[in-house]
Amino acid sequence: MFAYVARRIVATIPVMAVVALFVFSLLFISPGDPATVIAGDQATPAEVERIRHSLGLDRSFIVQFADWVWRLLHLDLGTSIFTNLPVTTLIAQRIEPTLSLMIVTLIVAVSIAVPVGVIAAWKAGTWVDRMVMAFSVFGFSVPVFVIGYVLAFVFALSLDWLPVQGYTPITQGIVPWFKGLILPSIALGCVYIALIARITRATMLEVLQQDYIRTARAKGVGQKGLLFIHALKNAAVPIVTVIGIGIALLIGGAVVTESVFAIPGLGRLTVDAILRRDYPVIQGLVLLFSFLYVIVNLAVDLVYTLVDPRIRY
Amino acid sequence: MSSQAPDLTSSAAPDRGDHHAVPAKRHPWLLFLRRHPTVAVGGILLLLIAFAAIAAPFLGTTDPTKVNTIMRTRAPSAQHWFGTDVLGRDLYSRILYGARVSLLVGFTVAVLSSVCGLVVGLFAGFSRRMDAFVMRIMDGLMSIPSILLAVALMALNRGSVGNVIFAITIAEFPRVARLVRGVVLSLREQPYVDAAVTSGTSLPRIVVMHILPNTVAPMVVQATYICASAMITEAILSFIGAGTPPIVPSWGNIMAEGRALWQVKFYIVLFPAIFLSLTVLAVNLVGDGLRDALDPRFAKKI
Amino acid sequence: MTDVRTAHEARLREAGTVLEVKDLDVSFLRDGTWRNVVRNLSFDVRERETVAVVGESGSGKSVSSLAIMGLLPELTSRVSGSVVLQGRQLLGLPEKQMKTVRGRDVSMIFQEPMTSLNPVLTVGFQLCEALMIHSAMSREQAEAEAVRLLDKVRIPAAKARLHEYPHKFSGGMRQRVMIAMALACKPKMLIADEPTTALDVTIQAEILELIKSLQRDEGMSVLFITHDMGVVAEIADRTVVMFNGDIIEKGSTENIFEKPADPYTKALLSAVPRLGSMQGRDRPLRFPVVDKTTGTSDVPNEVADTVRGSETPVLQVGNLTTRFDITSGLFSRVTGRVHAVENVSFSVRAGETLSLVGESGCGKSTTGRSILRLVTPQAGSILVAGRDISSMQGAQLKEMRRNLQTIFQDPFASLNPRLSVGRSIAEPLVAYGKGTAAEIRDRVAYLLEKVGLSPDMATRFPHEFSGGQRQRICIARALALEPKMIIADEAVSALDVSIKAQVINLMLDLQAEMGLAYLFISHDMAVVERVSHRVAVMYLGEIVEIGPRRAVFENPIHPYTKRLLSAVPIPDPRQRFVSKELAASEIKSPVRAPDYEVPPRIYREVSQGHSVQVWGEEWGA
Repeated sequence: MFAYVARRIVATIPVMAVVALFVFSLLFISPGDPATVIAGDQATPAEVERIRHSLGLDRSFIVQFADWVWRLLHLDLGTSIFTNLPVTTLIAQRIEPTLSLMIVTLIVAVSIAVPVGVIAAWKAGTWVDRMVMAFSVFGFSVPVFVIGYVLAFVFALSLDWLPVQGYTPITQGIVPWFKGLILPSIALGCVYIALIARITRATMLEVLQQDYIRTARAKGVGQKGLLFIHALKNAAVPIVTVIGIGIALLIGGAVVTESVFAIPGLGRLTVDAILRRDYPVIQGLVLLFSFLYVIVNLAVDLVYTLVDPRIRY
Repeated sequence: MSSQAPDLTSSAAPDRGDHHAVPAKRHPWLLFLRRHPTVAVGGILLLLIAFAAIAAPFLGTTDPTKVNTIMRTRAPSAQHWFGTDVLGRDLYSRILYGARVSLLVGFTVAVLSSVCGLVVGLFAGFSRRMDAFVMRIMDGLMSIPSILLAVALMALNRGSVGNVIFAITIAEFPRVARLVRGVVLSLREQPYVDAAVTSGTSLPRIVVMHILPNTVAPMVVQATYICASAMITEAILSFIGAGTPPIVPSWGNIMAEGRALWQVKFYIVLFPAIFLSLTVLAVNLVGDGLRDALDPRFAKKI
Repeated sequence: MTDVRTAHEARLREAGTVLEVKDLDVSFLRDGTWRNVVRNLSFDVRERETVAVVGESGSGKSVSSLAIMGLLPELTSRVSGSVVLQGRQLLGLPEKQMKTVRGRDVSMIFQEPMTSLNPVLTVGFQLCEALMIHSAMSREQAEAEAVRLLDKVRIPAAKARLHEYPHKFSGGMRQRVMIAMALACKPKMLIADEPTTALDVTIQAEILELIKSLQRDEGMSVLFITHDMGVVAEIADRTVVMFNGDIIEKGSTENIFEKPADPYTKALLSAVPRLGSMQGRDRPLRFPVVDKTTGTSDVPNEVADTVRGSETPVLQVGNLTTRFDITSGLFSRVTGRVHAVENVSFSVRAGETLSLVGESGCGKSTTGRSILRLVTPQAGSILVAGRDISSMQGAQLKEMRRNLQTIFQDPFASLNPRLSVGRSIAEPLVAYGKGTAAEIRDRVAYLLEKVGLSPDMATRFPHEFSGGQRQRICIARALALEPKMIIADEAVSALDVSIKAQVINLMLDLQAEMGLAYLFISHDMAVVERVSHRVAVMYLGEIVEIGPRRAVFENPIHPYTKRLLSAVPIPDPRQRFVSKELAASEIKSPVRAPDYEVPPRIYREVSQGHSVQVWGEEWGA
């Protein structure tokens, strides 16, 4: 078991190395001179040179990469071109709203999607199932920000039940914190719920066709026992997998959701950095989110061992 | 069947006693459409939108880039069916022309990522030595959330439709590669592939005759999902300012421009949002239907 | 023995009826239409009796048993008729009540032990569940009872194994656990749906013995579903024969075997190879062909002598060794090695059939694959028509491949579903550039006729054919290049009994006509007895006994050969009351530690051409 855990951890290293290398190399893949692009159309040659120097583009690739990795290992993500602050500082300032949003969304989404998926599988072929499938298709199709605007329009502007924009830190009270997060997390969570519910339903249906379910029925186990004791545990591995993979949707969607609801988190930071072409900040954020994603999927691998006794070696 | 009198000592295959024979079906597609009305709906919707995009100049539109500062942000009227935007441009025209961008990006990304993914997946599936290496790279790429990957690529390039297509393709093709590799690995275990080897068939021929035809079905399904995802990604990129340049009318751009005024002039955001959602919905419906048709496991009717 | 038998029969005569099925009718909804799959099925099962329902695939035997248990899908099936269990009508019972009947009054065990236990729940949990659902036991009481049940089905170290997961148990062990679960609440009726079909023959014999002894101890009735007439003869008091959803014949097992009334039953019985029926014959024998409508049978002549001993042997295998590494751990170190094929040597003459027999893991399939160069052997020589192909590559290998063609086990996976049948058969011809398109078409037509199919089938697709027809197509493909030898890797194992006989007849006819040699890989001793000139018995990757078929079957020397032969169910009902002594054994696996040294083996010659591996203490005396 320990060997399995160790192996999974070690396996993430090459993946993170590829991520780091790729993110770093982006500067070099793009056609044209990155420094010019970053400096913008109005920049003077001197400014372009300044930017080139600050990005270290005037040195060789290997040296740059080595230097970059070295700084990375010291948790130094570079300096923002626009504000001259260390990227890590900027991130630290903005991380709480984004983490809150993602965690609330995660909990809400999983709590809704998994039971819905199980019920849809149980009542497969009936109107309940059809409704769930219809909702899931809509969840995939309507983009995050559209849902965000609709929700904000209806619940905030028109009905005035919830705040339209902004974020209240948790230190100022749990209820206002939560109220500010409800609409954004529903908007962000829609596509996540759709994905999880659909996979849950499909996996449960597949599991319910298996021989061991038939054996359990032949023993006299009732419908509830079949679903929740026999089937769900077997469906857990693909469901947990998709929860992990879906985090990527949350991350991408957070960028947009924070724009719609004016939440001062990492997503807003990304958008601002794009507008200002503040490349070190973009680079730092991409790295951070990617590593976060890798860690989440590592956690998923470890959760497998709790659920499926065959995955312990 | 032989038309001679039944020969008791012959080893000819009789009719009785041999089961599992299935007669060939006629017109399976009509039957399928009748049983899956959602696919029909999605398909028709998609065709309508494609038609509107292609025939935009003939459907009562004006020049989508024509600025008219007098008519800024007017509500929908007889003259401007969807109203006008911040610069006085006719929204109806911009939205119809915007359909071109979305459809172009969606389909091009789907095709390009399928081709790239197919090549990489075949390579990884057949080359035992390079398999682990190639898949690590794919895993690495897949670890970067696709929007962020596209954002990072766009940050270094001037905004253009071509660059957007390139960025989203890079983000999406690893999924296809992983799918194709999986199919190749499982097909290699099939007895009919072994039979082809013992029959002396060369490896390229095995790939073309036995492997490729069986990758087409899952790839087509995956391609439709990528198309939908690419359309949404393009819209998001344009919405946050990292996508198509403002001069090109795309649904994401229109919504980005209408963003500041959404609380009062919500229609600037609403109309492109409806169109985008309907288009993606149509693509998703078609994708679901194709998956049901082509994947034998999910084709069972409950 | 006769006392046991007469006592048993006397008891049966006075017994009451446990299960009465009358006019059972089952229909399925498929592709929008209702298909009637079981029609007017009627039979009954008395106390302490075993009734076998026998038939080929599509006969409706399994469906009927699922209908009795109420396990058919609700929305897509319709069941009518009457099923009375101990005086209680089961059809039409609401699910709430049916739930209490299942597992307590009637239990069922299924065919696939590998997938029939829930992999994420411990064996103990699943056993206790069976107990606690139907009785008011506490957890501790249930666990104690579970241990007793595991002991009863002869699983060693029951107490410890209670907390293990199913994947730690072998196929035979899992089936025992299933039986324990089924018997937990002491039902009066056990339905066994092909419980031994997926097991190796020695394990099958043990499970059958177990079922018989448990039935005696518990006073249970058994409804045994199977396609194997040998098993029927071994276990059933009365038999019901089904075909295509209809009941063909029913009666006491002796009557069915000795005086079958219906032509179908006669045809079915004549297609069953009986171990020992080839005594005194040297050469393979075709199966008699029974006309299914009139019931008349032909008498098969012994096949002409096809062995051409004066030519160079078609295949000579010398010291063939194939091993696979198992890696695990942090850095993919080699932690074990599968010794799939160890030092195997044999030769096959032109026109001869050599059979490789053994159970799972013995290496027979890997031997075939190594010869075909689908896997690369570590060592040894493979001489095909005198030339060593073991290390050939490229064009050379391709040239030699023409001499060795193959047929695989699974007729459904052996043909590319997207290619027309004609194109699949033509594939070898195309690969070797043999002729123009028209010439190839003609040859395909010729080959189709040779295997008993019609040439206009060339444009159809595999899914339009049945299993037996597909296997014929595979044979046609194998014949395309006029090979000297065909390797048949369990080629008939997946076919129904009567189809199996037809395909074997085809293979024997082709051998007589074209002088083909066969390497016949199989686990089915009775079929092997019928078709082989020579036999090699394999165990854990090594040949333990090899010789002319007659010598090995009539005079087996090695303990494993004897064990294999005694485990085969004999289709003679009079043998039913002879109980076999069988220890609860496991089939050993050929996985060894990486540093394992293969002990040197000596072979001693028993008679002309008949050699036996000298064995050690692991085989007992």
